[in-house]
Amino acid sequence: MPLDVNGTNYETDEEGYLSNLSDWSPEVANALAASDDAELGENHWEVINFLREYYEEYQIAPAVRVLTKAIGKRLGKDKGNSKYLYELFPYGPAKQACKYAGLPKPTGCV
Amino acid sequence: MSDTKTFVYINRKAPYGSIYALESLEVVLIGAAFEQDVKLVFMDDGVFQLTNNQDPESIGMKNFSKTYAALGDYDVNQIYIDQQSLEQRGLSLDDLQALVYEDEDDDWAEKSSIHLVNREELSEIIESADVLLNF
Repeated sequence: MPLDVNGTNYETDEEGYLSNLSDWSPEVANALAASDDAELGENHWEVINFLREYYEEYQIAPAVRVLTKAIGKRLGKDKGNSKYLYELFPYGPAKQACKYAGLPKPTGCV
Repeated sequence: MSDTKTFVYINRKAPYGSIYALESLEVVLIGAAFEQDVKLVFMDDGVFQLTNNQDPESIGMKNFSKTYAALGDYDVNQIYIDQQSLEQRGLSLDDLQALVYEDEDDDWAEKSSIHLVNREELSEIIESADVLLNF
């Protein structure tokens, strides 16, 4: 199902993940969120930007346990816990945040 | 946890040209979620999987060697390199990427995950396995 952002169509898979990593832009992220009826605030962007950096460095999307630990280290203990992350991304922090970050679904995620 | 098992993954093949190395890495990462005792062995051409400065983009492959550096985040920190295989290929530990983890029990000190082993030590590692997976 293609995603329409300001008249440009981007290819996505059956779950709405971008097919081409290089198609990502902040506008695409906002459109992906909008298709889930979600809106991205500053706290969402912190996580999304973190995921993009992690992918750039390690070429994988981290599992949720790894994400939680790493966010805690980077952004503080009050953000490095599942409650905070699930409030931001109720469909599952790794799964949903990776989608908006334009990354593949985390390895081992069903 | 009483039902923890020791998983030993043996990596024997060169990183590209077959799917074994990448598949092994994915299985390890998925398995890491189950908090088992995980040991990785690199031997034969498998030692090439950890070499520095891989650049497979010209053969249309993703450079997944960067992903090994994430293993520490996944609490996979027992990585054994067969000394004999390394030497036979004219390599030394300096040719391999440094893989580290942070030791939770030691104030998060950064420690190396890599251990060079001889054939006798390798046999003990294989002997310690409850589950042995060969890639």
